[in-house]
Amino acid sequence: MSTAARPRRGRALTGAAFVVPIAFLGVFFAVPVATLIATGLRAGGRWELGTVGEVLTSPSTRSVAWFTLWQAVLSTVATVVAALPAAWLIGRIRFPGRSVFVAALIVPFVLPTVVVGTAFLAVLGPDGPVAAVGSVIGVDVDLRRTATAVVIAHVFFNYAVVARTVGAAWMAVDPSAEAAARTLGADRWTAFRLVTLPQLRPALAGAASIVFLFTFTSFGVVKILGGPRIATIEVEIHRLTTQLLDLRTASVLSLLQLAAVIAALALYRRAGVRRGTARARAGRSVLHRPAGGERWVAASTITSAALLVGVPLATLVWRSVDTAGGPGFGYYRALGSTGRGSALFVPPVEAVRNSLLIGAAAATTALVVGGLAAVGLHRLGGRARGLADSSLMLPLGVSAVTVGFGFLIALDEPPLDLRTSPVLIPAAQAVIAIPFVVRTLLPALDAVPERLREAAAVLGAPPRRVWREVDARLLRRPALGALGFAYAISLGEFGATVFIARADAPTVPVAIFRALSQPGALNVGQAMALSTILLTLTAAVMLLVDRVGDARVGGF
Amino acid sequence: MNRTRRPLIALLAAALVATACGDDDDATPEADGGGTDGATVTLLTHDSFDVSDEVLDAFTEETGITVELLPSGDAGSMLNQAILTKGSPQGDVLFGVDSTFLSRALDEDLFLAYESPALEGVDESLVLDPEHRVTPIDTGDVCLNYDKAGLADAGLEPPEDLADLADPAYDGTLVVENPATSSPGLAYLLATVAEFGEDGWQDHWRALRANDVEVAAGWEEAYYGSFSGAAGSPGDRPIVVSYASSPPAEVIFAEEPLDEAPTGVVEGSCYRQIEFAGILSGTEEEAAAQQLVDFLLSPTFQEDIPLNMFVYPVTDVDLPAEFVEHGAQPEDPYLLDADVVAANRDAWIEEWTEIVLR
Repeated sequence: MSTAARPRRGRALTGAAFVVPIAFLGVFFAVPVATLIATGLRAGGRWELGTVGEVLTSPSTRSVAWFTLWQAVLSTVATVVAALPAAWLIGRIRFPGRSVFVAALIVPFVLPTVVVGTAFLAVLGPDGPVAAVGSVIGVDVDLRRTATAVVIAHVFFNYAVVARTVGAAWMAVDPSAEAAARTLGADRWTAFRLVTLPQLRPALAGAASIVFLFTFTSFGVVKILGGPRIATIEVEIHRLTTQLLDLRTASVLSLLQLAAVIAALALYRRAGVRRGTARARAGRSVLHRPAGGERWVAASTITSAALLVGVPLATLVWRSVDTAGGPGFGYYRALGSTGRGSALFVPPVEAVRNSLLIGAAAATTALVVGGLAAVGLHRLGGRARGLADSSLMLPLGVSAVTVGFGFLIALDEPPLDLRTSPVLIPAAQAVIAIPFVVRTLLPALDAVPERLREAAAVLGAPPRRVWREVDARLLRRPALGALGFAYAISLGEFGATVFIARADAPTVPVAIFRALSQPGALNVGQAMALSTILLTLTAAVMLLVDRVGDARVGGF
Repeated sequence: MNRTRRPLIALLAAALVATACGDDDDATPEADGGGTDGATVTLLTHDSFDVSDEVLDAFTEETGITVELLPSGDAGSMLNQAILTKGSPQGDVLFGVDSTFLSRALDEDLFLAYESPALEGVDESLVLDPEHRVTPIDTGDVCLNYDKAGLADAGLEPPEDLADLADPAYDGTLVVENPATSSPGLAYLLATVAEFGEDGWQDHWRALRANDVEVAAGWEEAYYGSFSGAAGSPGDRPIVVSYASSPPAEVIFAEEPLDEAPTGVVEGSCYRQIEFAGILSGTEEEAAAQQLVDFLLSPTFQEDIPLNMFVYPVTDVDLPAEFVEHGAQPEDPYLLDADVVAANRDAWIEEWTEIVLR
C-alpha cells in the first residue's frame, strides 16, 4: 500500500469518504444496537454489570455457548473440505455449463432460510432421499432435529462462499510454478502443498472466517432443522428478547456473541491475509479442459455439488408444480389473482414488485455507502485499515432481533422518528449488504496500478480527471458486480425485514412466511411457487453479476 | 463487452426508478386536534391479524378515521415491542394480546381504560379485566387435530381426550410445539395442567415422552413439517397440536373443492385463547382509538373475523358455512385463570423442558 506519505489533502479526503458510512452505520446499526444492549444492562435504572458474570457462568449459557462454538467449527471445517474440489474446478477447469454452475452455487447463500429450511426438512425427513438411501442399506435414518442436520445444512448454505472465493484465488495462481515443481520431481500432492496451497491461504482464511461468522450466528437453520433441543446463542437471544423480554440476559449474550465474532475477525487478519500483494493474476487463461484422471475428479465434483445444492432446490421447485391434479402451474396462476381482498394478503405478484423495488433501493444505497467506505479504506494504512475493515463486518455478527428492537427504542424521536418509515427496510438490508460491497470494491481499488494514476498526473490531468479516466474505468465492472450481489442479498433478506416490513408492502420472503403460517394446500403451493420465483430471480441476478464482474464478487 | 454490460445498466436504471418513486404513500392526512374526522389511528397487531379491505373502508367511510396496520411479529414479540416503547408507542391501539400474556401487559400499565358500549353483546366470562383496560375481540381454541386417513391407515381411532395419548397404542403419533417458543405449544401445556392438575401434568408428559412425542419449534414446523394431514406435508405424525379452525381452513384453501375436511378436531382437548385489544397509553388519538375498539366489536368486523384470522367472533354473528360444517366449537374448553398462568408460566415451561427435552 502506498499510503505512507500522502499529502495533507489526501488525509482530508480519506476522512470525508468515511463521513457517510459512519453516519449511515451509526444511525441504522451502531446506535440502535448499543441502545438496546445498554437498556438490558441498565435494568432498574442503574448499570448492573455484576450480572454479566452471573449470566456468563450459568450452566445454560455455558452449554449454549459450547454448542454454538463446536457446531460452527465443525461446520466450517466440513464446508472447506467439501467445497475445495469445487474451488479447484472453478479455478482450473473449463466445462460446458460452467457459468450456470458457478452462479447456481450461490443461490442457497442468498435465499432466506425459511424457504430452504423447509425444503431441507423434506430431504432429510423420513420420506426424503436420505432416508431412502438409508433403507437400501438397512439403516433407519431420520436426521431431522439433529446437530448433524444443522451441520449438513450449513455446508449447503455456505458451499459457495468457499468454492467461489477460493476458486477465484485459484484462478489467479500461475499454474506454471506448480508445473515446474512437478518437472523437478515433486508428486502432484507435494507440488500442490508447497506451491499452490500457500498462495490460496489468504482466500481460504477469508472464506473460512466468513463461514465461521455465519454458522456461529446461525438462526433459521438451527430453529427449523435443529429442533427444540438445540440452540445457538443467536436463537437464545431471539427467544429471550421476543418471548421472555429478558433483555438483561439477552444483552450479555449479544456481547458474548460480538466478542466471539471480533475474535474470529482478528484471527482472520492475523492469518496473514495481506491484500495488495501477489497481484500477478493469471485469469481465465489458466482454465483448461480436464484430461486423464482430472476428468474423473471433475465429474464427481460436479455430481456431488449438484446433489448437495440441487436436491433441496429441486424439491422446492417440484412442490411448486405438484398440484392435486398432477404436475401443473396452478399455484403460479393463483399468484396473480388471489389477493383475498384483505389488508395483509396482497396478491403475491405485488410482493414480487415490492421486492424488486426495495432491492433496487437497498442495492443502490449499499453501493454508495460501501463504495465510499472502500475508498476511505483504500487510502487508510496499517492497523487502522484492518480495524475499520473488520468493524464493517460487525453487522453480520449481530442478531437481527437486536437491531430490530434497537430501532424501536433508538429511532423514536424527531428528527429520527424512522420506526414506521418506508426507508427503514432498504436501509436495514443495505447494512447487511455493505460488507460484501466493500469486500468486492476494496481489492479492485487496491489493484488499480498507482503508476497509471501517476502517469495521468504527469501528463497534466487534475486529480478529478485522474479519478475519472483511471479509477472509474477500472472500477466499473466490480462496482456493477457489487451492485448485483447486494441486490441478490436484499431479495432474499428476511431476518431484519420481517421486523419492519409494512403491512401493505410485504417483500417476497415475508409473503412466503405469511402464506406458510396458515393451513391449506393453496397456501403451501403458493409459498413454494413464490420460493421458486425468488430462486430464479436470484440465480438470474447472480448470472448477470458473474458475466459483468469477475468471480471475486462478494469476494470475502 | 458492451453487450454483457447492458443488463446491469438496466438494473441500475431500475434502482433509480425505485428510489424516485419509493415514497408514494406519505399522503396520510394530519390529525386535527379536536374531532376525529380525518384522524389516522395505527393498529399494532401480530402477524396473524388480517381484515378485509372493504371492512376497513367501511369504518373510514363511517367515521372519517383512517386505519394504518402495523404487524409486529408473533403475539409475544408484538407485546414485548409495545412494552419497550411504552410512553412513546408505535401505534394507538394494540390488537392480539391473549389470555396467556394478559398479566404481563396489565402489570406494565400499557393500556388506557375504556369500557366500550358494544361489550353488551359479549359473554361476561370473556371480560377478564374488570377495569376494562383490554376488550375481548375473538376467541380461538387450540386443539389436537388428527389426520383422518393417517389414523385409519394405522388402524387407530381418533383419541377422545388428552389422557388417551398416553396409551402405548398412540406411540409415535403425536407432534406438539415447544411451549417455550410457541403460543399453541404453551396453550397445549396449559390444557394438560388444567386436566391433570398442577401436580399431575408432569406424569402425563413423562408418559408422552415414553410414547415418543415429537417437539417442533413452532406451529409451521409442526403442521407443515411433521403432521401427515397437512396438504403436501412430508410429515409422518397423524396427530398435531393446532386450532379448532384448521379443518375449515384445509377445506377453504384446498386446491379442489372438498366435501369433507381431511383432518378432524379432538373436541375434548381444546384450550381457549381469548384475544384482546387495548388503547395504548401515550396515544394522541384517544377518541379515535375508542371508536376503533367499538368497531372491532361491531357486526361488520366480527363477521369478517373467521375467514381472515381463523378464530371465532365474541359477539353473536353468523359464521361462514365452512366453519359451521367442518369446524369445532368445543362445549367446555380448558381455560386457566390469567393470574395463575402469569405466576407459573416460566416455571412450568422450565419444568416441561426438563421432563420432555433433556
